[in-house]
Formats: sequence, C-alpha cells, structure tokens
Amino acid sequence: MSFLDLFSLEFMQRALLAALLTGLAAPAIGTFIVQRRLALLGDGIGHVAVTGVALGLLTGTSPTWTAVVVAVLGAVLMELIRERGHTNGDVALALLFYGGLAGGVLITGIAGQGAATLQAYLFGSLNSISPDDVLFTALLTVVVLTVTLGLSPQLFAVASDQDFARVAGLRVRAYNLLIAVLAAVSITVAMRTVGLLLVSALMVVPVATSQQLARSFRATLLGAMAVGCLASVGGLVLSAALSFRVSVAPGPTIVLLALAMFTATWPLGVWLRRRSRLMAPFPEVSAAPHRSTDEHPHEHGADCGHPAVPHGDHVDYVHDGHRHAVHGEHYDEH
Amino acid sequence: MTRSPAPPPTAAPVVLEQVSVSIGGRPILRDVDLTVRTGDMVTLLGPNGSGKSTLVRAVTGLLPHARGSVRLFGTPIENFADWRRLGFVPQRSTATGGVPATVREVVASGRVGRRRLLRPAGPADRRAVDSALEVVGLADRATHGVSQLSGGQQQRVLIARALAGEPDLLVLDEPTAGVDLPNQQALADALGRLKARGATILLVAHEIGPMAPLIDRSVVMRDGWVAYDGPPLSQEVASHTHHAHDHDVAGDHDHAPHVGSPFDWERRGRA
Repeated sequence: MSFLDLFSLEFMQRALLAALLTGLAAPAIGTFIVQRRLALLGDGIGHVAVTGVALGLLTGTSPTWTAVVVAVLGAVLMELIRERGHTNGDVALALLFYGGLAGGVLITGIAGQGAATLQAYLFGSLNSISPDDVLFTALLTVVVLTVTLGLSPQLFAVASDQDFARVAGLRVRAYNLLIAVLAAVSITVAMRTVGLLLVSALMVVPVATSQQLARSFRATLLGAMAVGCLASVGGLVLSAALSFRVSVAPGPTIVLLALAMFTATWPLGVWLRRRSRLMAPFPEVSAAPHRSTDEHPHEHGADCGHPAVPHGDHVDYVHDGHRHAVHGEHYDEH
Repeated sequence: MTRSPAPPPTAAPVVLEQVSVSIGGRPILRDVDLTVRTGDMVTLLGPNGSGKSTLVRAVTGLLPHARGSVRLFGTPIENFADWRRLGFVPQRSTATGGVPATVREVVASGRVGRRRLLRPAGPADRRAVDSALEVVGLADRATHGVSQLSGGQQQRVLIARALAGEPDLLVLDEPTAGVDLPNQQALADALGRLKARGATILLVAHEIGPMAPLIDRSVVMRDGWVAYDGPPLSQEVASHTHHAHDHDVAGDHDHAPHVGSPFDWERRGRA
C-alpha cells in the first residue's frame, strides 16, 4: 500500500475530518483563554475529563458523553473556585488536576480495564474513530465556532477587563462560565485526536504561534485557527506517512508540529518586535540644550545602515549610543 | 462658578445617602453622603486606603453597599438597568491582555453595552469609536498594538473605551496614576472636551495636576469618611486637610487585612 492509498481508506478520511474540526475549534476557544491569562485551564479540564472517561468505561456508557459531562462540571467548579478565592486559584487548579487523573486511573482499574484502554483517550486514537464520533465532533465544532465567533465582542470584553464588562452591563459570570464550558466541550472534541493530556497544547500553542506575528486580536484568532488546522491535519498526514517505517502516534505528532511552527515564528516575532521598538519615534521635548558632535567622519543618509528614527520634524540616526540629527554642515546630539 | 439651574434632585447622576460599604465583613465606608449633579466634574481625593476606590466600586455596582442608598439617575442601584449611561475607567496600569489587540479593538469593546448579540458592528458603532479616539487624541494610533503604547497612552485608550459607549456619566478610578506630565495634559484635554459637551464626571485622583481648572468640586476622603466636600481644593490644601486630621500613625493600611494563617491576627493585635 502506498502513501496516497491511505487517503482512500475510510477510517483515514474520518480521522482527517476530525483533525480538521479539532484544529478549528480548540484554538478558537483557546484564544479567549489565553487572553484571560489562563493558558493552563485547558490542561486542568483535560485531567478532570479522564475521570469522566473512566466513569463511562465503568458504567458501560459512551466515554465521550461522560467525559463531556464531567469536564463541564470540572470547568464550572474551577471557574467558581477561581471567582471565590483570589489568592489560591492555581492551587485549586492543581488539586483538580491530580484529583481528576488519580480518579480516572483508579476507576478504570475498578472497571476492569487496563491502561491500554485509557491510553486511547489520554493520547488520542484517530484511527479508531467511528462515523458517529465524526458527527459528534462536527456538531460540537459548529457550536464552539458559532459562539466564539458570534459572541466575540462580548467574550473579548469580558476576557480583557472583567470590571469594565460588568459595569457595561454584561453578565460577566455567565460569560466566564460559557468560556469554561466551551473549553470543556472543545477538550472532549479534541480527546479523540490529540488526547486529553495533550489537548491543552492545541488550545494554546497555535495562539502563541499566531500572536508572534499578529498585531490585532482578530488576526490572532483567525491565525490560530489556521495554525491549528495546519498542525492537526499536517500532523495526522505526517504520522500516517511515517507509520510505514515506525509506529508514530498522531496526537504527539500534531502537538510537535504545532510546536515546530511556534519555534519557526518565534525568532521572527522577536526580531519584528525589537525592530518596531527601535524605530518608535523619540518624544519631542522642547528646551533641550544644543550640543553638536565633535568629529563625525561618517555621513548619515537614507541607506547608511543606521536606524533613522522619527523625532519631531526630522530624523535621528541611532548608532553607538548616540542620536545624531543633521544640522547644516554638522550633526547635533539629540 | 456658573452652573445651569439645578435639575430635580432625583435626576442627579449619582446620589449616595448614608452609605456604608463592607469588605469581608469589615465596614470600610461609613455614612457617606455624596451627590454628583449633571454636568459637574467632581474629584475624589484622599490618601491611600481612605476608601476612594471602594466608593467608586460602590457607585458602579461592583461592590454591594451594606447600608444607605445608592441612586444612579434617580433609580436605586439594585433596580438600575440602563448601564450604557455609565462609562467606567477601572484602575489598572495597562490596557493589554494575554493576546495582542489593536487600539481600535480595545476601544470598540466599549460598545458591548450597546451592541446586540450576534450582530456585526454597525455604522453607529464605528462612528462612536472614531469619535472616542478623536477625543483622547489617539486617532492616528488606531491600528497600533496596545502594548506598543506608553502607560499614559494606554490610560487614554481605556478612557476612549469608556467613551465609545457614549455614556452620560463617566467614572474614572485614578487614570493619572503613574502617568507622565504630557500624557496628564492630554488626559486633561480629553476630559475638558467632554465637560464642554455636558458630560458628568466623577474622578478619583491622587494628583490633580493639569486637570485643576476643570474641577467643579472636591471631595476629600479620609479613613472611609467624607472629610471635606466643597469648592475645589488645590493639591496642597487637599493634602493639608487630611494631614490636619491625622490622629493615628500615618501610612497605608489594608481595608480587609490579609490573613495568611489563622493565627496571624493575634500577633498583629499585640504588635
């Protein structure tokens, strides 16, 4: 079987569709979570959802549904704890992390299932996705995208400044809970593709990648969704291509590909930010003493290589800790 | 000082009567009376810990009041629903979040109170945002990232955000804290333009600086009480007013002391 034959396989088509949907939904909600500086919230909910999966295995119901229910409950609980206790929010998050994971492993054991069953949910198993799973994923993705894109003005206001949003008349707690619930839903959407333990990566890494280059919130959001799609579909195809030689799981491949994209854009972002800082105009201060340079053999110009930074009605050439402005035949120290 | 004939007292944007506010069970504000009339610019002055911000949070509904009555535009705050009439500039040092955003995006988020759910921004929204940017003098920075701006410029962005909602009453909590003089001047210019349009402004300030000529009335807070309420005071007089009443040790104190360990308070009592 060749590499291209893979795409004619039905399970591969389903997996591709699921990966695409996950790549869209997770970064969309992730952008608002990062805006609120709660990047690890997704990871916490993912750990709690492990208990949900285990409950599904124990009771014989679909682990996806029990995971949704438990993850939503966990997310609401986290939100309420965060709202009540100001100082120990991260400790509460950590308690839920460990409780969720330990509970999940314990209950899976009681259900008579091994770690192998749980592993499909912890690290994803795209290849075992049923048509029903794809339909479920598609439905949840539609819900997540409708809400995040449709309510983005409100969610943006709440995520950037809660006090302001409250005084503007928004029901801040309802929107916070909405974000938490949507995060829980997106995580269960992503459970089958990248798995519960890696899901936070798909919510956060595309956002981190996109904000290296974006200046606006909108561009960050759309860019993150593009990166998410590229990483999840690309990672899936890559892992399929590699699996002819070695066994490569799609989940980690997707996450590592997303991280590689971050690594590629990071230096560019650092350089662009440094450049924009360097070229920001100097403030105009009147009544500065007049000082001219001593000897200045070098002649500044448009392409002399020194940054020409706007300063009032002229430019200052920046070099060796000096700001030199042309003044007739000589240069002034500015 | 000239002022148009006083409107009926019920219509005053802010009326507080015998208001007490508690945080964590400890009464912070006690028996505060305060009225801000339409078109007035009132400054709240006072040292750290005197309850200025607590008062502002009670006026904006962020903190419940334990006693007395708070009325906004004649309606008791518990029943007040017309929040779009109130613009709020919270006390914070930056306008940035975890994700980059442009100046225009932050200012446009001030429209949320007036926008309907699941509808795109209309021409009225865009006009309000443009005009708000114009008032604070940042129209040429609309597409810049907020994090690129200086602290003082970010404060102006936060004011523009409140203005974008086209409020009748503007409440500002220390917009001048840590802002350099040119930016304080720009803030004062923006507030002056608003005042000329008939806006009502309640301003918490540590230093009045270039805003002094705009102020109609000063209220000086001290330890949760209103120590002075009358014609504008200069910075020196305002400082003098509360120094004169300083009986105990000067200095900052927390409203609700942080109790890290349950036994802390005993030692604190003996100290």
